[in-house]
Amino acid sequence: MTVTATTDPSELLAPRTVSVARGYRFELVKQLAQLRVRILIGLCWIGPAVAVVLVSGQSTLPSDTLFGREMQATGWAGALVVLSFAGSWFFPLLTSVVAGDVFSSEDRLGTWRHLLVAVRSPRRIFIAKSLASLTVLLICVPGLAVSGIVGGLVVGSRPLAGLDGHPLSPADAAGKLLLAWLCVLAPILAFAAIGLLASVIFGRSPFALLLPAFGGLGMQLASQVLPMPAAVRVALPSFAFLSWNGLFTSPPQLHSLIAGIAVSLAWAAVATALAYVIFMRRDFTSHANDGSMRRAITLGILPLLAVWALSAGVVAAATGATGSGIDAGKLQRSLATSFGHFYVLQSQELYHLSYAAAQLRTTAACTKGSDLVAQDGPGNDWRCTVTWHLPGVNDAVGQAVYQLDVSANGRYVADGDGPNQVNGYFVLHAPYGDAPNPLWQFDGLVDLLAPPSKG
Amino acid sequence: MRTQEVESSPCAVRARGLAKFFGDVVALDGVDLDVAPGQIHGIVGPNGAGKTTLLGLLLGLAVADRGSLEVLGSSVGRALAAPDGVSGFVDAPGLYPALTARKNLAALAALRAPGAPTADIDDLLEQVGLTDVADDRARGFSLGMRQRLGLAAALITRPRLLVLDEPANGLDPAGKRHVHETLAGLAAQGTAVVLSSHRMDDLEAMCSDITILAVGRVVFSGPLGKLADRNGELDYRLVTSDIEAARQVAADTGGIQVLDTAGSQPDRDVLVVRALVSDLDELVPRLVHAGIALRELTPVVSPLESAFLALTEQHAQESSR
Repeated sequence: MTVTATTDPSELLAPRTVSVARGYRFELVKQLAQLRVRILIGLCWIGPAVAVVLVSGQSTLPSDTLFGREMQATGWAGALVVLSFAGSWFFPLLTSVVAGDVFSSEDRLGTWRHLLVAVRSPRRIFIAKSLASLTVLLICVPGLAVSGIVGGLVVGSRPLAGLDGHPLSPADAAGKLLLAWLCVLAPILAFAAIGLLASVIFGRSPFALLLPAFGGLGMQLASQVLPMPAAVRVALPSFAFLSWNGLFTSPPQLHSLIAGIAVSLAWAAVATALAYVIFMRRDFTSHANDGSMRRAITLGILPLLAVWALSAGVVAAATGATGSGIDAGKLQRSLATSFGHFYVLQSQELYHLSYAAAQLRTTAACTKGSDLVAQDGPGNDWRCTVTWHLPGVNDAVGQAVYQLDVSANGRYVADGDGPNQVNGYFVLHAPYGDAPNPLWQFDGLVDLLAPPSKG
Repeated sequence: MRTQEVESSPCAVRARGLAKFFGDVVALDGVDLDVAPGQIHGIVGPNGAGKTTLLGLLLGLAVADRGSLEVLGSSVGRALAAPDGVSGFVDAPGLYPALTARKNLAALAALRAPGAPTADIDDLLEQVGLTDVADDRARGFSLGMRQRLGLAAALITRPRLLVLDEPANGLDPAGKRHVHETLAGLAAQGTAVVLSSHRMDDLEAMCSDITILAVGRVVFSGPLGKLADRNGELDYRLVTSDIEAARQVAADTGGIQVLDTAGSQPDRDVLVVRALVSDLDELVPRLVHAGIALRELTPVVSPLESAFLALTEQHAQESSR
């Protein structure tokens, strides 16, 4: 029988799909029901505060972590150590556990068909899952920040010495800390997108969790340790976990910071787009996806390598950075600035004298190894002589020697090598109690992407 | 809005010439299927026959490579996702082990838009016999409990077409009764049910119509009674008051073949004969006239299973030629 009906064809044919908002809520319920996600959230909100308070009370401080040697001086250093440590090791693990599992878990449970029948739109499932995993990350990350700050406030809100030694008031330190947390959201997005991609490609294979975690840690090692041109290093999303360090110099080192954020957002966009395309092409008639390394290489790893190469090219072209980004001129300028600020601090704590760092007219001369070695790049064989004018004493000049251990990411540790009265180890009285001589050992930073300095 | 001509069809499912390929593998080849509202329709076939693929097409998990499919009056196009009103599961029900039974259902119910028909969760839990474990996490559920919770999840949307893959799998007799009663109740309210099963007794108990698939093709589709008519001679098991006398009467009845079951039948009082139904009709009064009490007369293999085996074996032989 044939009848004539007045019908809106779209109404007749279209299935009633579930809205993204409802799908998102469904995904969030599932995420938050998992014990490991709850444990992670609890750890993020409680762990840093406990760690900051406990570590700040120890006689040995984590001086290998940025701001670690200042943890007794001010609680803001503790809050920054949380960010520094999380950026180096915790964020890749966090993002892989949350985002790297969001699609894989459906494969493990065999629930894809159930989900598709319930939601009726793969596109909305993808959006809902991505937003839900992002939400869990956005619950965890502020937890780390707030918890670190609370721990720091328990230790004490006092001025913080920046990475060039200039003093930051508690309010300045708090403002820069919050800005730094905002900056690391970009690499967190990038790692979360890589986690999504791995989750879509590998399905229920353990690689879905392992690859982003190990890939992230590998990138961290590469961006911190391995020798490579600065532009290539900055083109890794993991670099942006460190580039916030530039906020703590005066003026701020913005080249690396901006490049790192831009690169991270590019990685996030490409990895998310790849994950979306692969997911939308998935055949849901199969019970589960066991992943394949060949697919991972062609659809995941190779495109991301291309993003890395392209980003490196863009960064190099935009900044003119070709080498390691570390040269004698940058180190000399940075060391002289830091020395001046810490000298003023030392004078205040030791003699209660107060004057401006500019009065010292500090300069530094750095050499690396012997004459046969190129005078640039990272290494622990940098030796610098700092010269300054003693304030109030005509033509009196002081000199001190430092050994510099310069990391590939631009961070260095200056270790006083005499004279002992200036930069040796001795204890002096600081507002918060006994403290080591601030000129003995301190952290510094050079901007890898800043134009080469002629010294 | 525009005026269009649509074919008025009473079918919940109307498929014509459906084909689905996975690379070189032909999963479905020219499948026709009609399921009326209120009908419980069984899909049966050997492993690899294409049952799950067919159910997947009905649920919108895949799209056919050829042919047309109309579900609840809507043409299923090239996009994934079935029309509203279709629900069910294939392979196994999808449940989230970290959630309780109640929360599994509540989370699904929360997906529904305001105003969309949604079943009451407590009623559903009671319907499938899971009220006592409603607040237990699904992680500890047995296969049967998972099946029942999966059925409840499929009923959340008050479907007009319910598609179930092996719904009685792993169920104990009480659970099976719950499922049978639930499906019968749904069918009575006009819901079409399409289910697959390897259990012929389940299909015979629940379905009014069945479709038999073999290597992606339909080898039979229609009412169960029509399928039984396709059988030739079947083996029947007779229990009588006098086995020897019964054997003699059977041997003297035309068309009845007495099978030598020595050693294969544990019960020595059982007689097995091979016959057409019409010949059996003659044997029974003869036994009674001979003063032999007939205590039991049952087919050794169910007529549905016999027809299924005959049709699928015949198809396999034809395909291998």
